[in-house]
Amino acid sequence: MFAGDQNGLQGDPRLKAISEAIRVVPHFPKPGIMFQDITTLLLDHKAFKDTVDIFVDRYRDMGISVVAGVEARGFMFGPSIALAIGAKFVPLRKPRKLPGEVISEAYVLEYGMDCLEMHVGAVQPGERTLVIDDLVATGGTLSAAIRLLERAGAQVVECACVVGLREVKGQHGLNGKPLYILVEPRQQINCSAPPVNGVETCRHDDLILGGNFGSPVNTTSKSD
Amino acid sequence: MLVREQLTMSDYRDKDPLIHGIQSKIRVVPNFPKPGIMFQDITTLLLDPKAFKDTIDLFVERYKGKNISVVAGIEARGFIFGPPIALEIGAKFVPLRKPKKLPGKVISEEYVLEYGKDCLEMHVGAVEPGERALVVDDLIATGGTLCAAMQLLERVGAEVVECACVIELPDLKGRERLNGKPLYVLVESH
Repeated sequence: MFAGDQNGLQGDPRLKAISEAIRVVPHFPKPGIMFQDITTLLLDHKAFKDTVDIFVDRYRDMGISVVAGVEARGFMFGPSIALAIGAKFVPLRKPRKLPGEVISEAYVLEYGMDCLEMHVGAVQPGERTLVIDDLVATGGTLSAAIRLLERAGAQVVECACVVGLREVKGQHGLNGKPLYILVEPRQQINCSAPPVNGVETCRHDDLILGGNFGSPVNTTSKSD
Repeated sequence: MLVREQLTMSDYRDKDPLIHGIQSKIRVVPNFPKPGIMFQDITTLLLDPKAFKDTIDLFVERYKGKNISVVAGIEARGFIFGPPIALEIGAKFVPLRKPKKLPGKVISEEYVLEYGKDCLEMHVGAVEPGERALVVDDLIATGGTLCAAMQLLERVGAEVVECACVIELPDLKGRERLNGKPLYVLVESH
């Protein structure tokens, strides 16, 4: 579900500002991908703080004791949320980064496979957990994260992302777990907004979904 | 100008149980990533909400109100500590990343590893000349990565006010590689 669909957040100007603070970089990491770059959001203190606050307001009374963040951009949002709601932060990492005993979950990429790892003992059975990442594309990474937590006996309450498509396409579908997203990806690059760092961005009002760059699955890209 | 406060004895007494609590939560994993290395694992600190909060609060207390507008965090564990500090002190957060992760225009700084070289990148335009910056990472060992981070910031005209780490390995003398810039750490591990 989208934050802006909810009572209380409809028309919330913070969401518009968050969307506009995200930079679109065309053809990264490869042609046809409109990369949603959240680093420009991190440069805007108010918008970054609002992002964290919206998540914190949603999750603070849900009895969540674990915030699991997906490497590496999930690390930029997860810890602040965890600290504010009194939860522990659990990093979910690429292979061989975590020392000591880990459990691993493989997942399918467009070409090939990748793997996500979590420390054994980080999460106890029955713990209520949030999974956080900057963006959801096909849902493959989030699905692997959910499987890791469930294998440890945790209950995944929700997955939270700053950016995501209204429908998570592809075969993953998040194992039926709810998904909470703040803003949709932007695609259009020809517009009147001033360029940022030499790269044209676009205004939220100019959004066209599923437009010029192939099927929606290809318009955002999940990398780390 | 950053006022270098002398910690008074009462500060030490107040902070000491917090530091002790933080240190007790850091797990040492022997022979990782290779034989002979005693790896300082901060993930166990992150599993203790109070100790993690105390860690952030100690840094925030030091840097709030010092006109620091940039917190630069080194991939990836610097991304865990840097953003909470940045949010609390009113600064922007700038990720310093391994090659080819940041989209768009970047500047790169190469640095030497024990065997071979690595590279750190920062977005062009993320930091303006004259901005006062903090560099954050979980740990300083030889200081090579922190030194590269400082170089990136100074190349765009920022002033690196201090480097801040949770843990220092003083035997590796990383402090001496910081070109005279001050280093603040919470915990030393010998």
